[in-house]
Amino acid sequence: MTNYLEFEKPLAEMYSKAEELRSLARDDKDLNVDDEIRSLEIKADKLLKSLYGNLTAWRKCQVARHPDRPHCKDYIENLFEEYIPLAGDRNFADDHAVMGGLARFGEHSLIVIGHEKGSDTKSRIERNFGMARPEGYRKAIRLMDLAHRFNLPVLTLVDTPGAYPGKGAEERGQSEAIARSTQKCLKIGVPLISVIIGEGGSGGAVAFATANKVAMLEHSIYSVISPEGCASILWKDSEKMREAAEALKLTAQDLKKLGVCDIIIPEPIGGAQRFKNEVIQAVGVTINEMLLEFKGLDSNTLIRDRREKYLSVGQKSFVA
Amino acid sequence: MNWISNYVRPKINSLFSRREVPENLWSKCGECGTMLFHRELSDNLNVCPNCEHHMSFKPRDRFKALFDDGLFFEVEVSDPTVDPLKFKDQKKYTDRLKTTTKVVGEKEAMLIAEGEIMRTPVIGACQDFSFMGGSMGMYVGNAIIAAAKRAIKLKRPLVLFSAAGGARMQEGILSLMQMPRTTVAVEMLREARLPYIVVLTHPTTGGVTASYAMLGDVHIAEPNALICFAGPRVIEQTIREKLPEGFQRAEYLLDHGMLDRVVHRKNIREELVSIIRMLTKQPRAIKADIAGPIDQKKQDQPVE
Repeated sequence: MTNYLEFEKPLAEMYSKAEELRSLARDDKDLNVDDEIRSLEIKADKLLKSLYGNLTAWRKCQVARHPDRPHCKDYIENLFEEYIPLAGDRNFADDHAVMGGLARFGEHSLIVIGHEKGSDTKSRIERNFGMARPEGYRKAIRLMDLAHRFNLPVLTLVDTPGAYPGKGAEERGQSEAIARSTQKCLKIGVPLISVIIGEGGSGGAVAFATANKVAMLEHSIYSVISPEGCASILWKDSEKMREAAEALKLTAQDLKKLGVCDIIIPEPIGGAQRFKNEVIQAVGVTINEMLLEFKGLDSNTLIRDRREKYLSVGQKSFVA
Repeated sequence: MNWISNYVRPKINSLFSRREVPENLWSKCGECGTMLFHRELSDNLNVCPNCEHHMSFKPRDRFKALFDDGLFFEVEVSDPTVDPLKFKDQKKYTDRLKTTTKVVGEKEAMLIAEGEIMRTPVIGACQDFSFMGGSMGMYVGNAIIAAAKRAIKLKRPLVLFSAAGGARMQEGILSLMQMPRTTVAVEMLREARLPYIVVLTHPTTGGVTASYAMLGDVHIAEPNALICFAGPRVIEQTIREKLPEGFQRAEYLLDHGMLDRVVHRKNIREELVSIIRMLTKQPRAIKADIAGPIDQKKQDQPVE
C-alpha cells in the first residue's frame, strides 16, 4: 500500500477511483471503462508532475521524512557486494540508530556510517527513529579512526531528525560526543563523502556530514532546527512550520546556492518513496564519482581542503 | 566623559568605560529574588551576595574584571554577510539585529580581547548572552576564528567564556556551519600546542555546547550554570517525566565527567593563571604585586 502525504490526497483519490472502476469492470465484463481509467491516470500523472515539479519547502520536509523512502539499510543492502557491520562504542553500548561497518563497493573497500530510522513500528523503536545517542557518535568516531588507520574512504548516509533529547543521552555527554565526531570528521586523512538521503537534522547531521563533498537527494533537507521547532520559538506557534520551512532555506536547492551542498542527486517525479531502486542506483553512481574524484589524493590535501571548505562556507557574498 | 576619553584611542576603552551608571539602579536576582543595588552587584562580579547565583556578565565587564588593571585591547573580527537568508519571522532579522545592537550597545554576540591576567598574556573570548541569547551565527564563528588566529600569532593561550542558547536560527544552515568552522579554529590551536580553556557560564546550550564549548583542553564551569545540548523542557516533553534536581547544572556535569572544575567567579582569574602557567611551564605567578581590578576600582573612586 502506498502512503500518501497530506498534499497528495487528490492524487490518492484519483488512483482509488481508477482502482474502483477496475474492480467494477472485473465484475461486469460488458462494462468498458478503459478510456475513463486512462483519462484518470493521465490526469493523475499530470497532477503528480505539477505537485513534484514545484514542491514548497514544507512539502519537501514531508517528502524527506516519508516513511517509504529508501533508508540507510536499503542503500547498504543494495549497493554493497559485502557488508560487515561493526558494533559498539567500546565504552557503553551499541547505538542502533547508527549503522556502520566495512563495505565493498565495486573496486573500493570503505567504511560506511549512517543513521537508520527503521521501517515499521518495531524497527523504528529499535532504531530510536534515527535519533542517535552519544554512543552512536562515539561508534562513528571509532569507525572513522579505523578508516584513517587503514586508509579507507568514509561514506556517511545522513537521515536523522536530530540528536535524541533524552536524560541518559545528556548524562553521557551528548554535546561532547557530537563535538568530537565533527572534530574527527575534520581530522581524518581519508576522503570523507556524505549523502543526505532524507532529513539532515541539526547537530546530529553535522557530526557525520562535515565532509569533503556533500551530496543531497533532490527532496532531502538539511537544517539547523526543524521547521516545527523554529516556528514554536520564533513565531510562538508550532503551526507556522510552513513559514518557518520557507524562511530556513533548508532544501537541497537552497543549500546548493549557499554552498553547503555540492551535488544534487535528482529523484524521479513522485520522489524516492515511489522509485526506491532507481534512487538507490542513482546514489550509487554519485558515490562512485565522488570516490574517484578523491582517489589518490594524499591525506594532507584532503584534510586541508576539508578545512578550507568549512572555513570559507558563507564567506562569499551571494544572493539567497 | 572627560578629556581622557577623547584623547585615548577608542580601542583602549576598558578603563574609561562608556556607561558607568546603568539605567536600572536596582536589579533582581533571578534565583532568590533579592533586590540588589547595581554597585553592590557589580562590585561582587554580578554574583548575588545573598544566594551566590552567578548572574549574566557582559563581555566588557567580564574582561574588565579579568584582566590586570581592567585593561584590554579588542581584537578585530571581520564582518560577515549580514542576513544571508533574508530571514523574516514575525519581524525581519535585520530589524531584530538593529534593535538588539542599540539596546545591548555591542556589535554582536561575542567580544575578543587580548590582555594579561596576573601578568600572564592571554587571548580572551566572551560570549554575550544579552545579544540575542548569545546565539552563534556567522559573526560568532568569525570571532572565534579571529581569536584562534590571534592566539597563534602571539603564541598565547585562548580562554573562552561561553554563554548561548545555541545556533542563531535566523542564519539557518549557515549558523549550523559554525559548528565545523569553530571546530577548525580549535584544531588550529591544538596544532599550535596552545592551551584552549573553556569557561562555561550560564547558560551554554545547543550547537555551542556541541562544538567549541566541549572541545577545550580544560573545562571550567561557573556554579549552577545550565550546560546541555537539548534543554530540560524539550527533554521533559520527550520522555514525559520530571527531571532530577540539578539536572544539567554545572555540578551535575562535573559528577558525570564532562567538566574538570566548577569554580566561583571570584576565583576564576587565579585558577586560570595557575592552569595556564603550569601547562606552559611558566613559573608560578606572584600575586602580591598586582591589585585585582575591583580593588583598583575602589582606589579610583575619588577621581570620578
